[in-house]
Amino acid sequence: MAFGPFLLLATFEGLLQAAILTLTALGLSLVFGVMRVVNVAHGEFYMLGAVIAWWVSTFVSSMFGMPPAVGFIAALIVSPLAVGAIAMVGERLILKRLNYNPESTIVATIGMLYIIQQSVLLTYGPDARRVAAPFYYRIQLPWFGYSGYNLFVIAAAAVLLLIVWFILSRTRIGLIMRATQFDAETAQAFGIPIDRVYSLVFAAGAMLAAIGAVLVVPIRQAHYLMGLDPLLLSFITVIIGGLGSLRGTVIAALLIGLSDGIISVFFSPTLAKMISTLLVALVLVFKPEGLFGAKAR
Amino acid sequence: MAQDLTSERAMLDVADLDVYHGNSQTLKGMSFSVAPGEVVCLLGRNGAGKTTTLRAIMGLMRPSAGHVRLDGVELTALAAHEVPRQGIGYVPQGRRLFSELTVRDNLDIGLMTRKSPRAVLDEVFDLFPRLQERLDQVSGTLSGGEQQMLATARALCINPSVILLDEPTEGLMPSMIATIRDVILTLKGRGKAILLVEQRVEAVLSVADRVCFIENGRVQATSPVQALRDDPSMLTRYVGV
Ligand SMILES: Nc1ncnc2c1ncn2[C@@H]1O[C@H](COP(=O)(O)OP(=O)(O)O)[C@@H](O)[C@H]1O
Ligand SMILES: [Mg+2]
Repeated sequence: MAFGPFLLLATFEGLLQAAILTLTALGLSLVFGVMRVVNVAHGEFYMLGAVIAWWVSTFVSSMFGMPPAVGFIAALIVSPLAVGAIAMVGERLILKRLNYNPESTIVATIGMLYIIQQSVLLTYGPDARRVAAPFYYRIQLPWFGYSGYNLFVIAAAAVLLLIVWFILSRTRIGLIMRATQFDAETAQAFGIPIDRVYSLVFAAGAMLAAIGAVLVVPIRQAHYLMGLDPLLLSFITVIIGGLGSLRGTVIAALLIGLSDGIISVFFSPTLAKMISTLLVALVLVFKPEGLFGAKAR
Repeated sequence: MAQDLTSERAMLDVADLDVYHGNSQTLKGMSFSVAPGEVVCLLGRNGAGKTTTLRAIMGLMRPSAGHVRLDGVELTALAAHEVPRQGIGYVPQGRRLFSELTVRDNLDIGLMTRKSPRAVLDEVFDLFPRLQERLDQVSGTLSGGEQQMLATARALCINPSVILLDEPTEGLMPSMIATIRDVILTLKGRGKAILLVEQRVEAVLSVADRVCFIENGRVQATSPVQALRDDPSMLTRYVGV
């Protein structure tokens, strides 16, 4: 294949990476931005999203003999809701009781990581399982064919991003979240129940990761260790983009996803990981607040 | 003496409040009350416990003993976000605007507790017409005086019966200080109970009805403002003027 088409293919792969990364990193960034909680269990919500998607779609197709598309749509609805509910329970039972103390919550979410991971290992097992894509359509370009589903994932992530942006910047609940993020104490003095805001934000962050996972299981597979890579990449994204800056997170996810995809296609995935890790080191040295980091309050 | 001056139809009633910061006791039996249409001023040196008192009233600090009652309702039993809903508007020290948000957003946050925001907002713009012209400006870019107006307007959006103002004239130009005073007197005229924390004695003498002198976390003395004008010895004693 000539260089041009090869670059196009690599760009598609990069955009796919960026799409999923945007969703997971956005969840992590939202939780950190509003709650000042570093959620180490974030990748496990992603993994749970994928595993529950497998369960739901398998159940729907085996019990009712429905086509894969129905199982997928059911998973897309059920899985994020279930993960959001689990996250909310964890938030109420653990983070709230720790008073959202930054250090304690890191340790607590490490605990959550292992609890979720081991529970899935015990129930779902160590196998990697694939969910059937809702549709198979190959887009035939002059040089190569490309999965229509992958392009759908990119588009779906873009739409979700717009929805999140709209909610945050144009709705009442978004204003409440932003007020809580800037100054939780003053927000309370104006009647905002920051407790409930925290619950909601933690659940929403987990749901974003879960949606990313449901979109990804037809391409990758559901496995109990699949949360670790996205966690690492999300952290890298959030650090490069600037802690708590949603715009920075999205731009950094695009940057990392694209470079990861392109470098993986042209050279090797290992080199891609090395380069993004190097990038983090450089950002931490020269611009510790991140490329778009919010000023310290 | 303090008892004689306490109004019977007290609206806001603070009684024997103890508040700790960690192991050190900041408030030691803080007690006073504010009636509708009355301006009570807490006067005292830096670190005396004035801000802590207001924060305790708002439920932002948990007292270890004592009461805060509003028309007989015990506020210390409520969650912090329920306190403003009882009708208390808070203008914090240093204004604490959501400075990255617009004027409109800040007012909208003030309106969170209201069911019918329109009427309240008209009243607020009546007092602060300049804010209406700057609704879409990011509040951090307003002048100091405008920021203080916005902080006050945001508190008034709650349509409060009690207003707490913590050093509203801090860092303002004299013309702005006069504006703030006029606003306080207007609100007093509308029957609001006003609790004012101040360090500027002139500002206090021109608006307050009663002055509570705060030292070491409690009210050391209370005096009608008229008596202070006649005999400033108390001022000398507690704030060194
Ligand atoms: N966040 C805090 N942590 C520890 N001590 C505090 C804190 N805030 C206030 N204090 C203590 O409480 C005392 C009263 O503070 P404050 O109520 O702000 O005084 P004022 O408003 O009268 O200047 C201060 O002497 C300070 O030592
Ligand atoms: Mg103070």
